[in-house]
Amino acid sequence: MTTQDIIRPENLVATKPRLLNDLTMHYCPGCSHGVVHKLIAEIIDEMGLAEKTIAISPVGCAVFAYRYLDVDWLEAAHGRAPALASAAKRLWPDRLVFTYQGDGDLACIGAGETIHALNRGEKITIIFINNAIYGMTGGQMAPTTLMGMKTSTCPYGRQADLHGYPLNITDLAAQLEGTAFVSRQSVETVGAILKAKKAIRHAFENSMNGIGSNLVEIVSTCSSGWKTSPVQANKWMEENMFKYYHIGDIKDITKEQSTH
Amino acid sequence: MNQGAIVIDTCRCKGCSLCVEACPLHILRLAPKRVNIKGYPYAEQVNVEQCTGCASCAIVCPDACISVYRVKVKM
Repeated sequence: MTTQDIIRPENLVATKPRLLNDLTMHYCPGCSHGVVHKLIAEIIDEMGLAEKTIAISPVGCAVFAYRYLDVDWLEAAHGRAPALASAAKRLWPDRLVFTYQGDGDLACIGAGETIHALNRGEKITIIFINNAIYGMTGGQMAPTTLMGMKTSTCPYGRQADLHGYPLNITDLAAQLEGTAFVSRQSVETVGAILKAKKAIRHAFENSMNGIGSNLVEIVSTCSSGWKTSPVQANKWMEENMFKYYHIGDIKDITKEQSTH
Repeated sequence: MNQGAIVIDTCRCKGCSLCVEACPLHILRLAPKRVNIKGYPYAEQVNVEQCTGCASCAIVCPDACISVYRVKVKM
């Protein structure tokens, strides 16, 4: 069978999701944001919620997420996405409301909003992209930057006495009573991407069923900020990031309820 | 047995080579000495007939520029 015979609409198994539009994304080559955008587009389409989704975009690299995903978006002030999402969900309880935030937005300037929204048990999902650096502004140190990791504002590596310790927001969120599902995933291999998709879908289902607040952290790469190639960045992430940010579901009250 | 074919949107590709790494059959590469309209070297398939349509490349592609087609072939 020739290639031309195979390339027919009935044989299509994977392509650009319907909800991801034709604009070329402004992200650097190999950026994890693209994969997560793709997953979200696929999940919303599979759940049939394209017309019932309100997404909140952050400040940071993902600020232009509203240009790429064909759902309704609100653009929040820096770090205030969970506050905006709380309001949107309370006013429209039948809508899927999620925020999409990076580590600078969520773990630094928006740490207060994030913790309180999660603690209040708002029926929202927070997608947290953690690449341990400020990508958009030029690779500065973030609260999530690993010990010893070099950035433009800690060129000799992060030191505890000078810069403090990395902030593990997701483990912190799992301690809060308001959270229903807290998971940490990554998107560097096919297996990891499929697991991340499952986690995001579970979080979205929880928000639609009105079960607590949900946080899915995606441990990501920033090849430009880390000054490596996309392939090397993935390797570096596996070797260094996973030691501190352990992958897996941290809290899932729906599972706990079904086992008791 | 499955036989596959892929179509790469070379204008959208940024040459990150994550698909090259992800392909279990190692039949993807960055086109040598050729760039797309944005100046990036883009992904291309070599040994087209070996493709099984597993869609690994499409799943890892951050810019969603790969479409995968697959048919079952009787041996």
